[in-house]
Amino acid sequence: MSNPVQGKGMDVLDSQEQVRFETLVLPHLDAAFNLARWLLRSRADAEDAAQEALLRAYRFFHGFHGGDARAWLLQIVRNTCYSWLDKNRRVKDMTEFNEEVHGLPSPSPETLAIAGNDRERLSEALKSLPPRYREVIVLRELEGCSYKEIASITAIPIGTVMSTLSRARRQLQLALGNGAAQEATHGM
Amino acid sequence: MACERADTLVHGYFDNELDALRAAEFQAHLEQCSECVVTLDALESLRSTINVAQPYEKMSASFRKTILADLNVKGATIMSTPAATTNWRWLAIAAAFLLLLYGGWRAASLNRGDSRETLMASKIVDAHLRSLQPGHLEDVISTDQHTVKPWFEGKLDFAPPVRDFTERGFALQGGRLDVVDNRTVAALVYARRKHVVNVFVWPTSEKDAAPRAGSIQGYQWIDWRKQGMEFYAVSDAAAPDLDQLQRLFSN
Repeated sequence: MSNPVQGKGMDVLDSQEQVRFETLVLPHLDAAFNLARWLLRSRADAEDAAQEALLRAYRFFHGFHGGDARAWLLQIVRNTCYSWLDKNRRVKDMTEFNEEVHGLPSPSPETLAIAGNDRERLSEALKSLPPRYREVIVLRELEGCSYKEIASITAIPIGTVMSTLSRARRQLQLALGNGAAQEATHGM
Repeated sequence: MACERADTLVHGYFDNELDALRAAEFQAHLEQCSECVVTLDALESLRSTINVAQPYEKMSASFRKTILADLNVKGATIMSTPAATTNWRWLAIAAAFLLLLYGGWRAASLNRGDSRETLMASKIVDAHLRSLQPGHLEDVISTDQHTVKPWFEGKLDFAPPVRDFTERGFALQGGRLDVVDNRTVAALVYARRKHVVNVFVWPTSEKDAAPRAGSIQGYQWIDWRKQGMEFYAVSDAAAPDLDQLQRLFSN
């Protein structure tokens, strides 16, 4: 695995800060990976981005003065993933789309019907959402974040978290193919 | 036809993010608005779909090792959640550092609080596991809260709030007496899809507290205090399911 950040000049926390880092941040490694995994839709990309984000968190840890460590870490992960997406979008525009690397485009109903099991069905539907909807679903439903935490991680104003979630969920319901009733009563 | 609350407020209600006043208003609104009821049901079924699919993606063991080495973590065997598996040696070193370097009482009391909470949760999970032994789950088997509630009378010195939430996906199965932390408590049993949920209830003199949750050995627990009662719900159902049950109890 390539490691663009760590090098000889890598900061090392003193033992007190190292303990604080391990106590506060390490419990959220899976949360970091899970968010990266869903934002980037590929395990390999997610590993690279999670690694980059964690090294960044490590390096800037002295700037974290308490509060919600998970939200702080996930914010870094999210920013790293968005830079990643921006960078790759430019590359992707010029190259052939590679399913293996970049995940799948929006699934057709046929794809969904073929994707038999629940996990695959949900996974395809979730992947078809734009990242800004996908992340609020992941943060709320998988990570159990409060609206306040979602706001601080995603930089969405707290007042619009609810409506963003509303749109994200409706789109997910539609992608899952059981939101037809919703669509009929609410325009998107 | 289109209710604008079905677009937004229903989500805040579903996520337990409305303040008490707005939640009560919305609750009243639900009585009259079938559209919001339908939307709420759809949200619950969406959440079930997500829970059943178990989409949470964990790091591979080898990647975790790489990361821990990157982060200068010694003896890199630390697990993802501190409650799930505890590396005592690491904890001891961490505690020693905290005690020494923070000069004390503050970090120490924080630690004590955490471990007491974890200890209580592990006792609750033990009680849950005991209850799953054949014949141990219910002493009174009934899906009717008006049968279960009187059953507790005379057996306890308090009246546990027995409520059936079948229509919201938590069907009351019955109740029993249990002993947790040397105290006799009421245990209410619910079925959540294929999962058994135990809700342990006992009186407390401490003031109301917002829910705290965690997981031990794959069992989720959630703890809250309301109106002089301590509640601990535990299950192998997904964490959001327990959040939802907690909300149902609190409404």
